[in-house]
Amino acid sequence: MKLKKIGAACALALGAMFGLGAPAQAQISGDVIRIGIITDMSSLYADIDGPAGVEAIRMAIAAVGGSINGKKIEVLYADHQNKPDVAAVKAREWFDTQGVDMLIGGTSSGTSLAMAKVAAEKKKLFISIGAATSALTNDQCNAYTLHWAYDTYALAKGTGNAVVKAGGKSWYFLAADYAFGAQLQADTSAVVKAAGGSIVGSVKHPLSASDFSSFMLQAQASKAQILGLANAGGDTINAIKAANEFGVTKTMKLAGLLVFINDIHSLGLATTQGMYLTDSWYWNRDADARAWSRKFFEKQKRMPSSIQAADYSATLQYLNAVKAVGSDDSDKVLAHMKTTKINDIFAKGGFIRGDGLMVHDMYLMQVKTPAQSTEPWDYYNLVQTFKGEEAWNSKAESTCALWK
Amino acid sequence: MTEIFGIPVQAFLGQLLLGLVNGSFYAMLSLGLAVIFGLLGIVNFAHGALYMIGAYVAWISLNQFGLNYWVALLLSPLVVGALGVVIERLLLRHLYKLDPLYGLLLTFGLALIFEGLFRDQFGVSGQQYPVPELLRGATNLGFMTLPNYRAWVVVASLTICLGTWFVIEKTSLGATLRAGTENPALVQAFGINVPVMVTLTYAGGAALAAIAGVLAAPVIQVTPLMGSNLIIVVFAVVVIGGMGSILGSILTGVMLGLIEGLTKVLYPEASSIVVFVIMAIVLVIRPAGLFGKEM
Amino acid sequence: MNAAVTPAATGTDKVSGHRIGAITWLVVFAFLLVAPFVGVYPVFMMKALCFAIFACAFNLLLGYTGLLSFGHASFMGSAAYATGWLVRSAHLSPELGVLAGVLLAGALGLVVGLLAIRRQGIYFAMITLAMAQMIYFICLQVPFTGGEDGLQGVPRGRLFGLLPLDNDLVMYYVVLAVFAAVFLAIVRIVHSPYGQILKAIRENEPRAISLGYDVDRYKLLAFVLSTALAGLAGSMKTMVLGFATLSDVHWSLSGEVILMTLLGGMGTFAGPVVGAVTIIGLQNFLADRVGSWVTVIIGVIFVFCVIAFRRGIVGELLAWQQRRGNR
Repeated sequence: MKLKKIGAACALALGAMFGLGAPAQAQISGDVIRIGIITDMSSLYADIDGPAGVEAIRMAIAAVGGSINGKKIEVLYADHQNKPDVAAVKAREWFDTQGVDMLIGGTSSGTSLAMAKVAAEKKKLFISIGAATSALTNDQCNAYTLHWAYDTYALAKGTGNAVVKAGGKSWYFLAADYAFGAQLQADTSAVVKAAGGSIVGSVKHPLSASDFSSFMLQAQASKAQILGLANAGGDTINAIKAANEFGVTKTMKLAGLLVFINDIHSLGLATTQGMYLTDSWYWNRDADARAWSRKFFEKQKRMPSSIQAADYSATLQYLNAVKAVGSDDSDKVLAHMKTTKINDIFAKGGFIRGDGLMVHDMYLMQVKTPAQSTEPWDYYNLVQTFKGEEAWNSKAESTCALWK
Repeated sequence: MTEIFGIPVQAFLGQLLLGLVNGSFYAMLSLGLAVIFGLLGIVNFAHGALYMIGAYVAWISLNQFGLNYWVALLLSPLVVGALGVVIERLLLRHLYKLDPLYGLLLTFGLALIFEGLFRDQFGVSGQQYPVPELLRGATNLGFMTLPNYRAWVVVASLTICLGTWFVIEKTSLGATLRAGTENPALVQAFGINVPVMVTLTYAGGAALAAIAGVLAAPVIQVTPLMGSNLIIVVFAVVVIGGMGSILGSILTGVMLGLIEGLTKVLYPEASSIVVFVIMAIVLVIRPAGLFGKEM
Repeated sequence: MNAAVTPAATGTDKVSGHRIGAITWLVVFAFLLVAPFVGVYPVFMMKALCFAIFACAFNLLLGYTGLLSFGHASFMGSAAYATGWLVRSAHLSPELGVLAGVLLAGALGLVVGLLAIRRQGIYFAMITLAMAQMIYFICLQVPFTGGEDGLQGVPRGRLFGLLPLDNDLVMYYVVLAVFAAVFLAIVRIVHSPYGQILKAIRENEPRAISLGYDVDRYKLLAFVLSTALAGLAGSMKTMVLGFATLSDVHWSLSGEVILMTLLGGMGTFAGPVVGAVTIIGLQNFLADRVGSWVTVIIGVIFVFCVIAFRRGIVGELLAWQQRRGNR
């Protein structure tokens, strides 16, 4: 039918025109250094990284003067909404059509793993910040992924040991139902058992769960001494609230396995005092960190989390390497980064290992009581420092094929 | 300690009680849906969004205007009811002559619009809404510590549900409503303004959703996604109960909350799908639903 | 679904009209053939084509049979997962993996269809929605899907063991060929005697029953065909993008395919394709610029289509053509 088909053809062409709202074919930009950050901008991890993380990257770009050897430095950002498919498609599109030279971000283990795969396929550098899963430097390791701030192994080793030593021998886990939660629970269980403790039981909760009441009941029924929270961000905050509401805190102690300063700020010292946590950085750690954090505070009206500091550090080191090598080619830059010591506001004496892990000190801290806190965001007492290699898994324990 | 099915009684009763709380939310929301469908023939997919807006009205009125929970319980249904009037007059009105599926699609689109707007404004993490002073604290029931607020939720929602059912099924106002949708021309001939009645019915359903939202605010996070997480379960409840039956929805809602609680104890992995499994079974045995009339 | 307006009636084609129609289709196809070389990103085109297949499959059910399935994404997603796992972990070659996905989707469609066909209209839609939700939660729990992390790292492999698909251009032409095949298949089905009966059922089911047709069996077959083709779309998408995630079985995707069909024009051949390309293009274009507003815009388009644009783009164009022809 002529009418139908002409109409259809016109319409199809119209549709195709909308399709041209699609990005154009690959153009590798030679004159601009492009950094792309894909992270959680609007959901439960938005506070610990999010738009403030993009700002931290901008601070790093400013710190090198905005351009290197005449090439401008640009940053692109996108929200992955904690969905691995969104992250992977965006990363691929950026590499294919936007000439992105370095991919950074993640902040959720699922999305980081997806982005790492895309980066490896395209042979471009990906620095994972904020994702916790130790799988990134073990069975999922690859030559193009660097894991910068912390991982589940370090968290487990720090907090797990400290809590068992303080008397918390029997554990019940509440874990977020995805790669991160499972890995954190697994790593912590291993540490607890090795230290002489026992695991009584566990339950998984959906990511971004709103109602923890039934999980609290199950935790109470387990009669364990410790409730281990293998989740992060908004989930940890809600779980701690629910634990207080249902009187779980009267019979069990809470162990927050991944807690950021933003979570403490949200919950308040009264609720969280005495809690042990392991982190990779604290704004009040030393003079350098303080100075940088005050600058950050001026722009963002809050103190940076360790992830945001790591965003800054990773970007700075990358740009320094680009300057030193004179090119933004991923292979050359990676080779340089792997042989350079890292000394900035985030890490002193840090270095990159064969499995892609950036080795640096980790800190066991305890939340101050309200009386001990002298200013806003002054929340932690430093209990113990794990220096360098001591904080992370060893070559013998590693399952990374590249690091033997 | 005593055990039922190998689970300690404490855990059992505790989950059942939580299930009852969830069940009262299911009942309230499916009641609103059933009222709108039973009387207007519209499948109101926007019901979850209206519930969410109800919760946000409470939150905004607290944070911006300092109005407390009890004021919100009255204010929210009014605001959302007014929104319902606008929706009905402006949009739904055009669809009565068409296939009812268009109503479903329109309200689906509305739900997306509302969710998107609130998402853009508030993000997804959710806002905290404090439990009102009067209802804080918890009672130790022996087998669990029950926060007082949750007890209030059960009492309030069941009262509202039964009250609404009473009005619709047992009073003359309700009879007029029911007659008006079955035979509008005849009822109009009696001098009753049927279009206004229809508008007010939709607004009433919306107001019910809003009250549920206010009740829910202190329990779960006030987030733009709270409605869409719930709405499909509520649809299943209404299908199981029988789509025209108001009493059916209330009873089914409560029952399903209890069954879900039970499942959480016995077989936690299945707790999210148990509602749909039951729906499948009911449909095979009794296609009209447990309390429904064959359409 | 008794659409308020049905598109232009089919009749026998006039020879000259037929030729002009064929030429215009050739032009369109030529464009699709050269698209990667005129600057369109092939991965985007492939994604759009997969969704076009999905929308065409859905339109077979909605536009031509009159059944609104509100859970169609579950079939697309299940096939996506199945193909992903079979190709990645069971090391099946791509065409076998895709075939398995299609068969699984069809089988699921049979089960859901048997339950849902008993009811009509709204009830049918609600049942499909609820069954889809069940499938979603099953996908969430079952270990091999990877839950929130998704099923990642699906290699493209070699088609029939011979043709390596890693190159985006090669993959694009394979996808284009599959799309063309599906499109032609649907045209055949609609024009066949079986298709005529489906249309009769859509127009006036009681009359079809009174004519002696076993209406339920025809509807069930249409449902299974539709779900199998939706599965094909899902399997192809997994091969193109290399992963399958929960987004593929989520009810919001079911809503999107309804919109694609409605916006494009249900009951037309090109409608779902136009709708799919438009929506995918819109989402891509807007995602970086407006963030959460994408959902709002999709919602507004929905409302607009239902109130004032029920024939969809292609439907309106055809109606306009008809009015001009009648003057």
